[in-house]
Amino acid sequence: MTQDILKVEDLKAYYQMNYFGIEREVRAVDDITMTVRKNEVYGIAGESSSGKTSFIKVLAAAIRPPFRVINGSVKYDFNGKPIDITTASEAEIEAIRWKHLSYIMQGSMSVLNPVRRIGRTFEDFAARPLGLSGRAFRERVVTHLAKLKLSPNVLNAYPHELSGGMRQRVTIGLATVCHPEFIIADEPTTALDVVVQKEVLQLIRDIQKEMGAAVIFVTHDMSVHANVADRVGIIYAGRLVEEGPTREMFFAPKHPYTAHLVASLPRIGDTSQRPALEGRPPSLADPPQGCRFHPRCPLAVDKCRREVPPLETIGKDHRTACWRWQDVKPLDHVHRANGQEAIA
Amino acid sequence: MSALLEVSNVSKVFSMGGLLSRHQVRAVEDASFTLEADRPEIFTIIGESGSGKTTLARMILGLELPTSGEIRFRDKTVSHRVGRRERLAFMGNVQPVFQNPFEAFNPLKRIDRYLASTARRFLKLSDLKAIDRAMDEALVKVGLSLAEVRGRFPHELSGGQLQRCAIARALIPNPPLLIADEPVSMVDASLRMAIVNLLKALRDDFGVSVIYITHDLATAYYISNRIIIMQKGRIVEMGDARTVLENPEHPYSRLLKASVLSTEDAGAGKLATDAEMVRTASALAGAERSRLAERPDGRLVRVYEGA
Amino acid sequence: MLAVFRDLLRYNIEFAIGIVLVGLVVIFACLSFFSPVDPSLIYMTIPDQPPSAQYWFGTNSRGQDLFWQLSAAFRNSLMFGLTVAILSRIISIAVGLASGYIGGWVDRVLMFINDIFVAVPIFPVLVLFYFVLRNNLDSFTLALIMACFGWPFDARLIRSVALGLKHREFTRHAVFAGMSTRKVLLEEHLPYVMPIIFSTFMNNMLWSIGLEVTLAVLGFTNINNPTIGTVLYWANSHSAMVVGTWWWIVIPVILIVMTFLGLFLLAISMNEYIDPRSRLRRMGA
Repeated sequence: MTQDILKVEDLKAYYQMNYFGIEREVRAVDDITMTVRKNEVYGIAGESSSGKTSFIKVLAAAIRPPFRVINGSVKYDFNGKPIDITTASEAEIEAIRWKHLSYIMQGSMSVLNPVRRIGRTFEDFAARPLGLSGRAFRERVVTHLAKLKLSPNVLNAYPHELSGGMRQRVTIGLATVCHPEFIIADEPTTALDVVVQKEVLQLIRDIQKEMGAAVIFVTHDMSVHANVADRVGIIYAGRLVEEGPTREMFFAPKHPYTAHLVASLPRIGDTSQRPALEGRPPSLADPPQGCRFHPRCPLAVDKCRREVPPLETIGKDHRTACWRWQDVKPLDHVHRANGQEAIA
Repeated sequence: MSALLEVSNVSKVFSMGGLLSRHQVRAVEDASFTLEADRPEIFTIIGESGSGKTTLARMILGLELPTSGEIRFRDKTVSHRVGRRERLAFMGNVQPVFQNPFEAFNPLKRIDRYLASTARRFLKLSDLKAIDRAMDEALVKVGLSLAEVRGRFPHELSGGQLQRCAIARALIPNPPLLIADEPVSMVDASLRMAIVNLLKALRDDFGVSVIYITHDLATAYYISNRIIIMQKGRIVEMGDARTVLENPEHPYSRLLKASVLSTEDAGAGKLATDAEMVRTASALAGAERSRLAERPDGRLVRVYEGA
Repeated sequence: MLAVFRDLLRYNIEFAIGIVLVGLVVIFACLSFFSPVDPSLIYMTIPDQPPSAQYWFGTNSRGQDLFWQLSAAFRNSLMFGLTVAILSRIISIAVGLASGYIGGWVDRVLMFINDIFVAVPIFPVLVLFYFVLRNNLDSFTLALIMACFGWPFDARLIRSVALGLKHREFTRHAVFAGMSTRKVLLEEHLPYVMPIIFSTFMNNMLWSIGLEVTLAVLGFTNINNPTIGTVLYWANSHSAMVVGTWWWIVIPVILIVMTFLGLFLLAISMNEYIDPRSRLRRMGA
């Protein structure tokens, strides 16, 4: 049985704001319960303002007012050293950062200081957690970069001298040099061109396998999840609506939103009309009653409008929050055909 | 047959750097194509960042002048260095849709003012009722209505709705040509197909030609009639969208197609890119002496001498 | 507008303090309209009286009631500062926005002129004007001259914001919606430079009043016209601190500090309110 490295329970995190007397509460993360296991890539999908970025902020222990954790716990287990992000002190969190928990960001420039050579940035981030300095540190970094097929020369370069793909490789190097057990990758390939994107995804996948780390991979692009994630969780309006093994999510989705996301992806060689989902994502300040997806859901019935569907387990590793999950079918023929094959 | 838009041997060279280290970047090199007036189509320009696709779009919109060659719209040279009246007449015929719907409208201003301004200026309307009617007609074409949009600020609408408003605004003068620069890359997955289907409907139902600029081969395949694939400023392959994308011939086109992430074997973790393919394709980017050769199936492919 | 004012008063302590300080000074300055004495006349009362029930701020060595003297001085100086700030704001907005947005040779020409004004040393020029015009140099003329020198730095600042705005998609959208250049500048771009205008407005007032004080203390302005500067000029020329008429110096200085502190607090609190990002957040974005 694989071990869990991250356990999130009943997590609620809201933005509570007060601007010149106008009070607003945005329920960005509303009752999420999930686990991430050692040595897996857990994909999180969701559209903009679905709360996925806020959820990641909690996981990364980057909780700043007006964003607050209202309820629940976020427990990491780093080699028998448990820590709960929601109650840990600043010093405790500082101690796990980069050594156990690291990030790969969307824009490499937010990590790489433009006026410092890459080598200096590595020292800033990794020297202390690794407890190395001078030549030993440099050797360690060079060996690590070699694994990412980067020459040691990049350490002498400034960020602007590297291409976008190279920079993203460097940030991956930076995030993995301390061999952290948990890596949060937030849209790491969104800004990259298709050819480079594929290479970078490959790289993340390889290094994850080699180190046996757990990765939370956040992107809105379902085709990236298809190729990288072991399990995928879908966030909609602050809630986890479905979670399951990647293959099942694509070929036998059990939530109408997932089914739609999968079906809306166009493919070369297939000209059939792609369905479009009407309506807009709900406002997190004022979400709809009952199931939050019901105003846009083709299967919605009266019950969906009144009662919130619980996230129930419907198969091995597969959970969904839909009253009518048994009626959800893949929407396009390719996935339908492959799905039958997969189930058979 | 008359030409709606004629791009002939257009090149654009940017000079970069300071006084001492001046070097030139060829953003677009010798691009030529024609859009016919009586056959609305979706003409797609595919390329990665730095391929020159956005520069080409800016030149077609007259925001940038070609270094050499000429762009003609209805037999008139496109340029921003013309009188205001002539420029407005051009804008009435060629309208843009930009990439980021959240940036399309000033966040501090109501959306309908852009639509009203367009109606007033290009349809020469002054009666408030007539302006409202023109706005509503355009919004209905994109699946919205004036009642939904009037008085709203950009942050009150989703990215998909904003992009539809932007398209509606562009449609108000009834232009025969839309230039859509990556119109869906910033729109959420669940709303993206609505926009793509809308572009298709504009062509089929309203006879609007669209120049669709994208890096996404899958949506290009889904809606385009013809495509060109650009690599570092050069057109490397051009022809019928289905023909080219189903069976690309140029190594770079093949590489692009191979890099599209497939969901057909989701969860299998097949990612590897053939390194040889990348090498071959990138070697051709800088190759001298090349030309476009015609193939029996109608496509044009760049061939290199001595290769 | 009233609601904005009420919100600011209730939720922003800086604004409340600022409004009280500036309000006191403005009321004090406005009292000069009801002054029983002509502040330009001398020896109207007994000289060198310390503050008392009869003479709240005391009297000076020239036989003037300092209360009414200072009231007129503050009115004149505030009006002077306002005139300079408003005029120079108008120039800097026009130059900055046009230069940033239109670009090309317009930008080059405007920025060339701009840099000339940056380079010209203002103080000798003002002294020169004083020698040429002498007592024809009234407050308004001086304000005009200073407004001509008060804009170039801020125009550069506004230009840099306008340069960024030019490349935002909504600007291109506005152009393709047929909006004229004037409309784009005034309706699309102006709200984004308002915070700069407000903060530089206060800076500019501070600068112009300060410079006027400098000129006046040295005697390079019309010293018979009561301003903060000329009050200090006379105090200095009568060696007020030495002869023990300390109130002649201390009271004006306290009032000046109140004015500038108040203006500064108002500037920062209003800035926060009109900043586009904070505005958007209040709108619920």
